[in-house]
Amino acid sequence: MSQAGALGQTPLEAKSPFELRVNLGGGVPESALKKALGTGEFGFLHSFTTGSTVDGPGVRLVAWTAGCNWRCLYCHNPDTWNMINGMPVPLDQAIAELSKYRHGLKIMNGGLTLSGGEPLMQDRFAVRLFSAAKAMGVHTAIETNGYLGDRLSDKEIEQIDLVLLGLKTAPARHLHLTGKEMGPTMEFARRLSRLGRKIWVRFVLVPGLTDDPKNIEQVAGLAAELDTVERVEVLPFHQLGKYKWKELAINYSLEDVQPPSNEMLESACEQFRAVGLQAY
Amino acid sequence: MASTVRDVERREVVTAWKGFNGGLWQRDINVRDFIQQNYEPYEGDDSFLAPATERTGRIWEHLNELFMEERKKGVLDISQIPTSITAHEPGYIDRDNEIIVGLQTEAPLKRAIMPNGGFRMVLNALKTYGYEADPHVVETFTKYRKTHNEGVFDAYTADIRRCRSSHILTGLPDAYGRGRIIGDYRRVALYGVDRLIEHKGQEKLGLEATPSTDESIRDREELSEQIRALKELVQMAASYGFDVSKPATTAQEAVQWLYFAYLGAVKEQNGAAMSLGRTSTFLDVYFQRDLKAGVITEEQAQEIIDDFVIKLRIVRFLRTPEYDELFAGDPTWVTESIGGMGDDGRPLVTKNSFRFLRTLYNLGPAPEPNLTIWYSPRLPDGFRNFATKVAIDTSSIQFESDEIMRRALGDDGAIACCVSPMLVGKQMQFFGARANLAKCLLYAINGGRDEITGEQVGPKNASVDGEYLDFDDVRTKYEAMMEWLAGVYVNAMNVIHYMHDKYAYERLEMALHDYPLLRTMAFGIAGLSVVADSLSAIRYAKVRVIRDQTGLVTDYQIEGDFPKFGNNDNRVDQLATWLVSTFMDKLRKHPTYRNALHTQSVLTITSNVVYGKSTGNTPDGRRRGEPFAPGANPMHGRDSHGIHASAASVAKIPFRDAADGISLTTSLVPEGLGRIGEDRIINLRNILDAFFSSTGFHMNVNVLNREMLIDAMEHPEKYPHLTIRVSGYAVNFVRLTREQQMDVISRTFHGGQSS
Repeated sequence: MSQAGALGQTPLEAKSPFELRVNLGGGVPESALKKALGTGEFGFLHSFTTGSTVDGPGVRLVAWTAGCNWRCLYCHNPDTWNMINGMPVPLDQAIAELSKYRHGLKIMNGGLTLSGGEPLMQDRFAVRLFSAAKAMGVHTAIETNGYLGDRLSDKEIEQIDLVLLGLKTAPARHLHLTGKEMGPTMEFARRLSRLGRKIWVRFVLVPGLTDDPKNIEQVAGLAAELDTVERVEVLPFHQLGKYKWKELAINYSLEDVQPPSNEMLESACEQFRAVGLQAY
Repeated sequence: MASTVRDVERREVVTAWKGFNGGLWQRDINVRDFIQQNYEPYEGDDSFLAPATERTGRIWEHLNELFMEERKKGVLDISQIPTSITAHEPGYIDRDNEIIVGLQTEAPLKRAIMPNGGFRMVLNALKTYGYEADPHVVETFTKYRKTHNEGVFDAYTADIRRCRSSHILTGLPDAYGRGRIIGDYRRVALYGVDRLIEHKGQEKLGLEATPSTDESIRDREELSEQIRALKELVQMAASYGFDVSKPATTAQEAVQWLYFAYLGAVKEQNGAAMSLGRTSTFLDVYFQRDLKAGVITEEQAQEIIDDFVIKLRIVRFLRTPEYDELFAGDPTWVTESIGGMGDDGRPLVTKNSFRFLRTLYNLGPAPEPNLTIWYSPRLPDGFRNFATKVAIDTSSIQFESDEIMRRALGDDGAIACCVSPMLVGKQMQFFGARANLAKCLLYAINGGRDEITGEQVGPKNASVDGEYLDFDDVRTKYEAMMEWLAGVYVNAMNVIHYMHDKYAYERLEMALHDYPLLRTMAFGIAGLSVVADSLSAIRYAKVRVIRDQTGLVTDYQIEGDFPKFGNNDNRVDQLATWLVSTFMDKLRKHPTYRNALHTQSVLTITSNVVYGKSTGNTPDGRRRGEPFAPGANPMHGRDSHGIHASAASVAKIPFRDAADGISLTTSLVPEGLGRIGEDRIINLRNILDAFFSSTGFHMNVNVLNREMLIDAMEHPEKYPHLTIRVSGYAVNFVRLTREQQMDVISRTFHGGQSS
């Protein structure tokens, strides 16, 4: 309780999801961190916001977790790579906060979205938070790269109403773009499909990096193999996170890349539509 | 002989009311009953609506040219005939093509002088716009006729004057018309003026046996003035060739009669807000009757409403630049209340509710009339979807809680100004600007000394001592200072409204009210979020004071973080609700003029910029001169958890202690409402459903993007109709001062990119 109270002094204040957050969990000893990850008693969150209409259906509460196992070249939140940059939040505090919004979330056909970072880096926290949300009757969604999907049991997956699955690029360039191979992601995707869990595929259109029509065609082909994809969201690359790379002194290779034009977005959408998917 | 006259009259009434369901409304003056017996709820969508006709387009185009010229010159033209209902000759925009006629003066956009409210303001305005004051007028209003403004200053106390100059009380209606009175203009259409005069005569007769005290003498004189004004209304309408002594017989006449009544009011009064009431569903009964009879088509119905709205858009008052700085953008607050649910569970939405909203497409977006949706999640889907779409497309409408207001007032209320609800024709308010409670907090810290001038304005209480502010100590001192301020404030208001009744009585508007009626005295507060955050900083962080050489605390240093209003955090939200309820309690201790009921608003319109300008550094970290947040809004950028959290904080402010309205302005970029057009409508509708399902009172929705606004600052000519909503009303962005524009831009833009 005292810890929760003390933490309460610094709520998850961030001006926006794009605010740089560094070393907020720096005071947490490593043993405590490991224990928290094991039990899910604590989560490490970058921030949360309400009223989001762009992270799943309806109007949602979105919490961004800290810690990611990938290093995407176009990441706009590189400060969420490291778990220690997050704020340690007790599970019961997170549940209490969510509970404040439960009636409104239902009226707004929204729910809870856990995004990141990579939320499955903290799979126990995620699972427990989702169970609590479901117990309140709140719709749940996770935005994930899917790489750690095998950490979830079939039963745990049932607690997640919707998976916003990032398909970053075709397998050949996946390691270059994200730092990891694509295999585990597709395995998780096929498992979701088998289990009948709804998927929204997210594909970030980065000029010069992911916009090659052949690349898009391959990604679209992979998405089309899945039976439960409700929609594909083609997200335009943006530079709002650029300053974070600079401040964190990480080499940013997309310094001069411009956001894609509306025409580029539309033509990417068309490629997904061509394989029978709803794309926006 | 007399019976013959009555027979003729009855025949006329029979024609006018033919096809209507009878009811109490025939025996009494009871417009609500007429509506309830006759209106047809419409649960469909907007597909029946008609576009603007060519005629409408031509008239609007012609006016657009005049608007350009007006913007260049400040005012297009001024008439120096002191205004009254009948002072000016009939005026037209395009006589042969107008469907609804009548202007405030003999030419469109030509402003009249209205000296009864205050002659000084008239002289200032004339000087500003380069007009020589007419010597006869000057003689009249300096030698023979005293005005409201002079009366007020004769009776102000030294305390009030000090508070006024230090700006702890600002925007008091002591130099111009008070406004915020809504005549029940519908009565003229339904009953005709003869019947209303007869009724007023009976009300006066009821006072025959009452002993002649101050109250009853005043009441009798006022009723006589009301009757006189009604007679002048008949005269004014006659000059346009219409006989409003009898009821309207068609939809076009109903709109024309209603407009004449409203026009009479804006010819007579330069009120701070001259609101229209709740007219669309009332008028729909006439439209339905004519449509069914095949007398008009949908296109004609829309054309009549378009022409009516054109008239409402060109209401003008002669005001000074200082006034515009306070209220921003030359507003008139011709507020029309649309929608809502009936007491019997039927929606009060009709096709005419849609037609009013349609004008924002047919004529383009505009701040006036101030179209206000009485929102309930129970309203039909078709209407909620359309209203939401209109909000996204035009940013020109506002939403207020039908649930809260209906519980308080019943189902025939209307909004005066931005957020002040009142029962039409049965209730009026004494409007009273705002007390700057952030400045009051600084007075508490400094023992009544002004933080900017160092002068002793408030009572010489003990100031804080020591290096750090102590929460309990500050709160005690703050309560004492609020106690003093509330007293001065009520005193000022009593003086103002005594004099307004005496020198600038709203004869026609009051003639369209019942006698007796309920009066409220509407106080207001500014600086809610500044005070809440300041108290939160003192309580949850450490606030060190910085004094100048005279011991005056002029700055603060905050050590540590603290919860901020607007994040759905009860630690600070409770401080905000405490503030509202505490100040309200203190106001209630002081008796009011004419036993008006105390109410309070948390509303600042764009004057939050001016309030900020005259307030020093505050303990929340806000710097001297920086704008406050508008209305009940959280401070810009401090509501860091999105619109749901922000709105939840504001929804906690108790209506019972802020029954004159609680205003929340939110700005959204379109992308912030969803990636797909249809999603945006549904999402915004869902946000409104959620807000008004809880205790949310009012929401302005600005859907735009920052680039658009910045571009509009640089190129105002490209955005003549760019309308944005700022706390309680809509305004043309290009009419704002640069400072106000910057303020709007720096406000939190909710939403944005997906992660």
